Amino acid sequence: MKLYSKAILLVAALGVSACTNPGRFGAGGAGGVDGSGIGGASDPTSTAYFQQTVGDRVLFAVDQHTLTSEASTVLEQQAMWLLTNTDYTAVIEGHADEQGTTAYNVALSARRANSVIEYLVARGVAASRLRPLPLGKARPIAICSEESCYAQNRRSVTVLAAGGIS
Amino acid sequence: MKLIKALTFFALACLGVIQPVFAQQRSGPLRIEITEGVIEPLPFAVPAFVSENPAAKEFAESIARVVASDLAGTGLFREIPKDAFISKLTSFASPVQYSDWKAINAQALISGAVGVGSDGRLTVKFRVFDVFAEAQLGEGLQFGGATGSWRRMAHKVADAVYARITGEGGYFDSRVVFVSKSGPKSNRSSRLAIMDYDGANVQFLTDNSAIVLAPRFSPTGDRVLYTSYETGFPKVFVLDVGSVKRRALDVAAEAMTFAPRFGPDGRIVVFSLTQGGNSDLFKMNVNGGNAQRLTSAPSIETAPDFSPDGSKIVFESDRSGTQQIYIMGVNGGEATRISSGQGRYSAPVWSPRGDLIAFTKQANGRFHIGVMRVDGTEERLLTASFLDEGPTWSPNGRVIMFTRETQGVNGVQGLYSVDISGRNLRRVPTDGPASDAAWSPLLK
Repeated sequence: MKLYSKAILLVAALGVSACTNPGRFGAGGAGGVDGSGIGGASDPTSTAYFQQTVGDRVLFAVDQHTLTSEASTVLEQQAMWLLTNTDYTAVIEGHADEQGTTAYNVALSARRANSVIEYLVARGVAASRLRPLPLGKARPIAICSEESCYAQNRRSVTVLAAGGIS
Repeated sequence: MKLIKALTFFALACLGVIQPVFAQQRSGPLRIEITEGVIEPLPFAVPAFVSENPAAKEFAESIARVVASDLAGTGLFREIPKDAFISKLTSFASPVQYSDWKAINAQALISGAVGVGSDGRLTVKFRVFDVFAEAQLGEGLQFGGATGSWRRMAHKVADAVYARITGEGGYFDSRVVFVSKSGPKSNRSSRLAIMDYDGANVQFLTDNSAIVLAPRFSPTGDRVLYTSYETGFPKVFVLDVGSVKRRALDVAAEAMTFAPRFGPDGRIVVFSLTQGGNSDLFKMNVNGGNAQRLTSAPSIETAPDFSPDGSKIVFESDRSGTQQIYIMGVNGGEATRISSGQGRYSAPVWSPRGDLIAFTKQANGRFHIGVMRVDGTEERLLTASFLDEGPTWSPNGRVIMFTRETQGVNGVQGLYSVDISGRNLRRVPTDGPASDAAWSPLLK
């Protein structure tokens, strides 16, 4: 019982001031591209710049949630960007490929989102600006039943939201 | 949305006399042993039910068709086409010309009559005959209800016939809650829907504004637990089927929860809660309170399900390195691994009879639905495909429904059912893609 309350509190602390957008995974939600942001891709403070130049996603090996060296390189850049652009919060989406069962994939994608959050927090990004969103296999981005697609779907995506830390 | 509360049934005494006369062609009475798996289905005839008044006419044939479809759909029975009939049943009361039904090899004959009373209520009565024994099988029965519930009454007739011939409870008067999907695979919208077990009478329980996952019925079928992303992240909700009102399970607002299951008393819910990337099992009262952590491990613990007596919980965990199936007491504590074969085992569901665990298995790039005994022995795989998952039991523990997804860019999800013998694989008709089926108990 105690443990449970603690667990809830911890989760609450993580999520407390993250900006969420409940509509994102509704009918009109798209995976990983968020139009809100000021300026074009050439503006280094824009979300477009973050997506295209910094890189908003990292990929994972089959059934793994540990970060590859490529992933760490991208996250290093993400951390620097987030430390500079403190007006943004981020939802860290975790995703899995379709070669797994529904509940397990939710849990696996939660591990993946958490790996990213742990990395960013270790680089100094406030935990209160980051929030995990495990999506399991509900939102694949590449559609085929081959490894070329699965590899793209085993991902985490850092989705920025404008709005300061409350 | 209104389920037929007023559906009543009672036996019509003395409609028939039970006479255990044995046919010469058989060594015993009309009987199918389901466990053996049936290779040669039992031939039966269901002439159109007799309409007792003009208002009943529109239901008489339809009810007989649903009864026939239920029975034939089991794979245990085979319907003899109407064209072959020699006799016509024009009155429910007139004696059966057994020789006419023997001549077309109908082993079972089902006769029925339908009437609509001045109060608008529909009554359906039926009899089952063992043709070769020249005897009625069990007593005649009558069901009554609103005309709108005619399909339920047909299912009840079929359940009674099934029970008389197999000696086991039926499963036709039941419903299935599932996730109905539409749109492209990369941005699929999903909504909860409920239908009769055979795909009829589809109703939506939620809109399609948020991802929904894995609904599960309460033991009486009046409520559904499921996971919704409507708050922006996964959260367990409970929905009242009658009113379609829903509310989040009473955990902290920011807690991410999924994979809920009702306990057999309908008051306790067990679910996964993910925190710091780690998923563990918890249970609490469905109306809030008495929250209790059941597992505490860095591994993934999810997909829990109760034993029918409520004393144990079966679940999946990757604590050994890959997904495997474990059983523990209802308050947690040490768990025993029951899966031991090669591959990954997940999504265990306990048979309503208590004897078997159905599961999803992944091995060598294929998915299977299988069953094993509660101690992990006698594993049998019932299906094999590119992607089969999410088994759910029929109310009598004889049939399993599951999700099958076909391969490729245009791959779609659909619902299928299969006998626990591995026979009678069938597509469950749905309008468009569907997944995550959960079978209700038999309706009351």
